[in-house]
Amino acid sequence: MKSITKQKSIEDIQEGLKGLDKIFVVGCGTCTTMTKTGGVEQVEEMKGHLQEMGKRVTGSTVIPTACDDMTEVAMKENEQFIRSADAILSMSCALGVHRMSLYLDKPVIPALDTLFIGVEETPGYFREACDQCGQCLLGQTAGICPITACHKGLVNGPCGGTNNGKCEVDKDKDCAWTLIYNRLKEQGRLDLMHQYQPPRNHHVILKPKSVKIT
Amino acid sequence: MVSRFKEVLESGRFVITSEVAPPKGTNLEKFLHHIDLLKDKVDALNVTDHQSSVMRFPSLGGALAIIEKGGEPIMQMTCRDRNRMALEADLLFAYSRGIKNVLCLTGDAVPVGDHKEAKGVFDLDSLQLLKTIHQLMDGQDLGGNELDGGVEFCAGAIVTPEAQPIEPQLIKFEKKVEGGAEFFQTQAIYDLDNFKSFMDYARKFKVPVLAGIVLLSSARMAKYMTANVPGIFVPQELIDELSGVPKEEVLAKGIEIAGRTIAALKKDAICEGVHIMAIGKEEVVPDILAASGL
Repeated sequence: MKSITKQKSIEDIQEGLKGLDKIFVVGCGTCTTMTKTGGVEQVEEMKGHLQEMGKRVTGSTVIPTACDDMTEVAMKENEQFIRSADAILSMSCALGVHRMSLYLDKPVIPALDTLFIGVEETPGYFREACDQCGQCLLGQTAGICPITACHKGLVNGPCGGTNNGKCEVDKDKDCAWTLIYNRLKEQGRLDLMHQYQPPRNHHVILKPKSVKIT
Repeated sequence: MVSRFKEVLESGRFVITSEVAPPKGTNLEKFLHHIDLLKDKVDALNVTDHQSSVMRFPSLGGALAIIEKGGEPIMQMTCRDRNRMALEADLLFAYSRGIKNVLCLTGDAVPVGDHKEAKGVFDLDSLQLLKTIHQLMDGQDLGGNELDGGVEFCAGAIVTPEAQPIEPQLIKFEKKVEGGAEFFQTQAIYDLDNFKSFMDYARKFKVPVLAGIVLLSSARMAKYMTANVPGIFVPQELIDELSGVPKEEVLAKGIEIAGRTIAALKKDAICEGVHIMAIGKEEVVPDILAASGL
């Protein structure tokens, strides 16, 4: 499972750093290294872009996992370089941005957009597999999630936009309900598809969501 | 009070519906003209709801215009743009103003339309909307609260007989029957043999099916729909027939094809009626009816 990210355009990054001249760059050794959006190489490349923008890079680091408590340790180790910067440019996912913002009171500007939580199905191919809706239907849908795999998140079967097993929004996207139908049929469990699924509860856990494990 | 359209459905005679599309903007002149032209020639007129995810004057407003002109509207309602509260509220309002027929649809995906960055709601799906209507008719909203003054609708749904693969569609069709669909309007059908086999299956559920008739206005349009519109398949012989006539006669050929398809459906009692969609050429719907002998 990886947090999938995409680098913002250089223009957007420049806009985000407007008025901030001294920059400390932080990458992440986990997800954004895997997706080649915030590993050692991309951090070095970004430093070049920043210099072209006329910024001064006070330093950089790639935190092993930017979303956990290692972030605090890594930021303490680099404290003097971070303190001398006007801002941190984050090349982690938004979880890392959130974490970095907890320490040292420096503005943290994201260089990446966080797209989805994906599983790596085949090497280099990441797909969203869970929307974390809080009402798992996978037992009734042969392990294929209609909330994430169907463009409209339909729970009672396909819409009229299904076309030869593909979705109306993109001929390269599979129709989730064709996949579900095929797999349920193989399993001899098509009766599950005949069951009515009532409207979903969008507040299984109230937003902002949190949980305390004791 | 029972809807006039429901009485027609129950009368056993061949049912004819057609469709009008509200404008992009507030100039209703053409839209009202289409209503005037068609309201007395068909049993009910559908009003599309931001068809193809293109923002327009609302179907609720369009259906009211039909009521004001003494016609019988079928308000199309998609689940794309409103959550369950907004859908329920619009149903209350619609009923209070005399709208008695609703067609429940999922709605096209947002990115196929002209507001590509809008949020697609889909809080309910077409089946859940259908069941919501029945719950409202039982005097209760989706929050489980009692209504002060209820509603009575004739609620229908759609089915795509040419969808590939067809089996998942049929499961949903059966769920819609169980969910209380009182009529079905289909996506466009051109291949009568295929449609007959669909009807051999569908007939046993005893819910009236109105076959979708979409006017073919050119060979190019027929090819485009086959290639790009999910669930539409125009057989090659119809495309050849359209290509075989001079350009100025193509529309007349399309009208003839639509007319003879309707006549064949009625003659052999293949289904309970037709739903004619002229898509921008509403002016010729009376010609299609004339060509069908109805």
